[in-house]
Amino acid sequence: MSERPRPIEVTDPVTITVDGRPIEVQRGELLIDACERNDAYIPRFCYHPRMEPVGMCRMCLVEVDTGRGPALQPSCMIPTAPDMVVETASERVTKAQDGVLEFLLANHPLDCPVCDKGGECPLQDQTMAYGPGESRWVEEKRHYEKPIEISPLVLLDRERCILCDRCTRFASEVTDDPLIHFINRGSNTEVNTFPGDPFSSYFSGNTVQICPVGALTATPYRFRARPWDLERTESTCTTCSVGCRVTLESSRDRMLRINGVDSDPVNWSWLCDAGRFSFEATNSEDRLTEPLRRNPDGSFSGIRWSEALTVVADALRGSDPQRVAVLGGSRLTDESAYAWAALAKGVVGTDHVDAQLGDGLPAAVFDLPGATIDDVCRPGGTVLYLGPDPKEELPVLFLRLKHAAQRDGVRILEVTPTATSLTPYAVAGVRPRPGELAAVASVLAGGDVPAEGVAGVPAAELEGVLDALGAADGPVSVVIGRPNLAESAQVVLDAAASLSALPGVRFLPVVRRGNARGAVTAGLAPGRLPGGARLGSDDHWSSTWSTVPTAAGHDALGILAAAAAGEISTLVLLGADPLSDVGDRALVDRALERVDTIVALDAFPTASVRRADLVLPVAVAGEVDGTTTNLEGRVSRVRAKVTPPGTARADWVVAVELARRLGAEWTARTVEALRDELVAGAPQLAGTSWAQVDAADDGVVVDLTGRGFDPGPTAPVPQIDSYSLRLVLSRELYDGGELLARSESLAGLSRTPTVGISVGDAERLGVSDGTALIVRGERGSLTLPARVSSGIPRGTAHLVHRLEGSDPISLLSADEVACDVRVELA
Amino acid sequence: MTDQSTDPAVPRVVSSRFDVADAHTLEVYRTTGSFPGYAGLAAALERTPDEVRESVVAATLLGRGGAGFPAGVKWGFCPPGVWPRYVVVNGDESEPGTYKDRMLMERDPHQLIEGALIAAYAIGAAQVFLYVRGEMPHAQERIAAALNEALAAGLVGRNILGTDFSVDVLLHWGAGAYIVGEETALIESLEGNRGMPRLKPPFFPAAKGLYMRPTIVNNVETLANLPWLMHHGVDAYRAVGTETSPGTRLIALSGHVRRPGVYEVPQGTTTFRDLFHDERYGGGIRDGNELKMFIPGGASAPWFFPEQIDLPLEARPVGAAGSMLGSGAVVVMDETTDAVEACYSLVRFFARESCGKCTPCREGTTWEEKILERILEGHGRPSDIDLLLDVADNISPGPYPVAADPEHGLEAVPFPPKQTTICPLGPSSVAPITSAIRRFRSEFEARITRRDLIPVSSAAPGAAVTGGDDV
Repeated sequence: MSERPRPIEVTDPVTITVDGRPIEVQRGELLIDACERNDAYIPRFCYHPRMEPVGMCRMCLVEVDTGRGPALQPSCMIPTAPDMVVETASERVTKAQDGVLEFLLANHPLDCPVCDKGGECPLQDQTMAYGPGESRWVEEKRHYEKPIEISPLVLLDRERCILCDRCTRFASEVTDDPLIHFINRGSNTEVNTFPGDPFSSYFSGNTVQICPVGALTATPYRFRARPWDLERTESTCTTCSVGCRVTLESSRDRMLRINGVDSDPVNWSWLCDAGRFSFEATNSEDRLTEPLRRNPDGSFSGIRWSEALTVVADALRGSDPQRVAVLGGSRLTDESAYAWAALAKGVVGTDHVDAQLGDGLPAAVFDLPGATIDDVCRPGGTVLYLGPDPKEELPVLFLRLKHAAQRDGVRILEVTPTATSLTPYAVAGVRPRPGELAAVASVLAGGDVPAEGVAGVPAAELEGVLDALGAADGPVSVVIGRPNLAESAQVVLDAAASLSALPGVRFLPVVRRGNARGAVTAGLAPGRLPGGARLGSDDHWSSTWSTVPTAAGHDALGILAAAAAGEISTLVLLGADPLSDVGDRALVDRALERVDTIVALDAFPTASVRRADLVLPVAVAGEVDGTTTNLEGRVSRVRAKVTPPGTARADWVVAVELARRLGAEWTARTVEALRDELVAGAPQLAGTSWAQVDAADDGVVVDLTGRGFDPGPTAPVPQIDSYSLRLVLSRELYDGGELLARSESLAGLSRTPTVGISVGDAERLGVSDGTALIVRGERGSLTLPARVSSGIPRGTAHLVHRLEGSDPISLLSADEVACDVRVELA
Repeated sequence: MTDQSTDPAVPRVVSSRFDVADAHTLEVYRTTGSFPGYAGLAAALERTPDEVRESVVAATLLGRGGAGFPAGVKWGFCPPGVWPRYVVVNGDESEPGTYKDRMLMERDPHQLIEGALIAAYAIGAAQVFLYVRGEMPHAQERIAAALNEALAAGLVGRNILGTDFSVDVLLHWGAGAYIVGEETALIESLEGNRGMPRLKPPFFPAAKGLYMRPTIVNNVETLANLPWLMHHGVDAYRAVGTETSPGTRLIALSGHVRRPGVYEVPQGTTTFRDLFHDERYGGGIRDGNELKMFIPGGASAPWFFPEQIDLPLEARPVGAAGSMLGSGAVVVMDETTDAVEACYSLVRFFARESCGKCTPCREGTTWEEKILERILEGHGRPSDIDLLLDVADNISPGPYPVAADPEHGLEAVPFPPKQTTICPLGPSSVAPITSAIRRFRSEFEARITRRDLIPVSSAAPGAAVTGGDDV
């Protein structure tokens, strides 16, 4: 099997004897792992290093002698102890293994030639390696209807199932989605869902990966390839910013499957279904395959790259640098982001550059002392969670936090506007009113609780969190992100400023977009140079580049405001779709209207791409080499596995070509050179050279010491309007985003939009679940069914971004700290 | 099922009220039987919990559920300083042939409650969980009624008998699974999960049991001994039975004897011959037939034959002779019994009751059943006998416990069997197979080769696969 034993530090060595050979192992580690680590692999089916052992399949039986004579014992359940004598291949062990395999195969259909697992099947492999060779079973085998759909993504063939409890254990233990279970007993035992209750877990694809037979198959891969036709390469998922390690698997230059790789500091081999299956979009018919130029009549015509690049170069050359802006870049690799930062700042000379679209966090959060996921999940630690619902936005981070809280005694204190998936695992939590998070943070950092409470949070609840903070063993970690797109990012920065007073505190900034941190670190942020240094604070780039901006430029919202005011003539969209994602529809619309030349580098014809003058098709994840930086600041390799469609090319190639056309003396022509050029000029990135990252399977974490955090001007506290509800706008995993909408298997999975209100407000309005409500803001209104939830505090309306049939960002305006809406019966 | 015989020579530790009308009520319990009801609890509460446990150790009260482990020693396995602890009463008596706990629960429920309270006091349990088999509604009703009476009388709950000892008893009914009689499966079931055994190690209930807290799981009969023991004292208890197995045992005698029933017999000093032939007990084999074989300790126990009839009813000699006294269920089979049918009937039980958790039991017991079914239906192959033995060997490797066969010069293999499984259920299915084939191989061979033994009406579902190697 592809799983590896968990990395372990041998701190308490003991010597055991395995097949006559003395080996040194960690006292108490499981025998099965200790043996594997020492080249004595023991076959197994039910054991998985990331789940509790259950000792059910009995394949890992070995003879263990602890002084009372040898006895057959399941090595997945036996902790090592001094002087243990183990036989892994004695006659009795071999007989037992033969027996178990014969039992497992008795009712197994042996339809390997038509089974997706054939060729990479642990049952097949171990039968060949350890099995008896032939079966004595002549009875009729078990029969079931097959396959049955246990979720929209996963199918179950109960005849192939060997009842190892991996999928069911995963569902109940790892994700707490106990929707699949054993039913019936004895040889009639089967895995199934409860009637009418499908296995709709965000993590269902993992069960397919860990199934040791072909019982579970996923619709995107089912019958698409044979394992021996697949080519694999290891890479990093960039669907969100967790940066899970993956294998990209393709056949005939077509991406067919992504599986999780066990990276101990990051994803422990798990993936969410969005990360696992959204590669389908790579193969979408909608991919842009050639450069396009808008005709006067609004239609697009294909043109050659050389022509397109000339048009762009001319537009850049013809503009005052102050009238050029670059928006987006979180989709890019570090090297592409650096190439664009170098082009914009060092060749063109503009600082109006922002990789985020007002829905992330400003570059300043990366100046805070940083924490890795492992730091946050340190056993016994305390975590202040001020972020979005992690299961919806950063699913594998949710698994890590949940594990830490459930099994490693980590105490999570939740400070979020509504309940999240983490709430059941938190020891305490408060729900500050949107716009007033900073007031709660300053109480948590300073300790004085006003009798009347703060930000709508009663004093007693604040005391509860403070008590838990006071009882913290060691420094507190703060997870900080954007829980609410209808609230200014400045509020989060203000809160971080208060909390940075906590002794020894460290921050894990959870920016959501794939490589947002990498893009910002590479220089795609206003006022910053590659490596994260502020403009003017650094000599390296001013001596290397022909030009360096002198004053900090606009951020995303500022760029759009400037464009709307007619101050921008050339706007480059690096995979950005401001029309869909920026919280001010009218502003974006006006901005795109007034810019002379819009150049869009994208893979899909998004709403904003359709407004561009020139469209350049680019390669996406799986088609480009480079590195990516996850939310921790961990730089790891992404690799190209398939060829981009048509003439689409990597973003950095476009930047380098344009620089050449603009006459820059810039010699980097490879991703390796770009990486090393970036690292050479950025002390914070020391240790992340191409060779160093390429050699590190788990990536390399950048310097997280932190430096001079400046939150900028404090956001004003918004007025309370007692007739209105304050809006919380959050994301769900399955939204209408470009990748998901174009992934056949995932496109239909998003929920029906609703407006969530508290039980109290529902009583006041006299509504219940499903009642049609009008949500009215200053900019517009939506009509949606009500969802009454005890996880929403009174005075709050909860909407979800980008679901089909709902367009909540049309309610927002960029210059408000928080958004109030009126909610009325439709 | 008849009641206990009356013999003044046999002390009645647990069955003294089996014949008393309305013994299930508190009033009758207090005033009849071999000790006044709840006097044992009162006696225990006058001592410290440690003293209570020490006297149970000194009495060598062996567990009556099957394993025969000393109860007082087991209580001592609770890790010191770890609270809360629980007492779980295992009333999931399901072993074929065993019905003594049912009698205790139906006829003398207060005695069990009193015993559970004494155990709770001794180990410092915060709560008693009383688990009664799902198929015993009468026992459930009687226990529930008795518990309500005891609660009203201040014998259960807060400040029991005016002392500062407080403990509640929670009743739980099973849902119909033999395996839940296994203590870790019972704990899983109590927690609301599927009744599937946990692995020992690491989950020894005394250390990590119910809700991962220290938990003592005791059999109904074991606990029912405590009131008498507390009232009459260790010396009186040890005066009965043998040095290593003092006291009495309830034996559920069934099968081909004249007087099947539950009998309380002194441990170690009674033999199987006494049990079968003595007029106080079985009263002889039915119809004057010859004894063919008997099961000394429930369906899970390897069979004994006439040569073993003079063994005493005591765990150690029975174990050395290749079987176990187990749960005290003795099943007698006379010469009219078909060994293959008997074997099939027992194996089928285990196949149906396998929980499905571990591979060898889940697949192996069903395979055994299918082979036996084929043999009985006339589709057996000569190789099936060795196949059966080898499938059995893959569930329970290596010489399986079996009684001596002096006629063929075969020695006994002592109990217990080894196992590739998690719990003993799978290996239990092997007992009838090895016992029957070793002794009555010719009956199996006859079923395979002599067509006149094949029932004419037999449908042949396995016909399609009988073109095997040697038919």
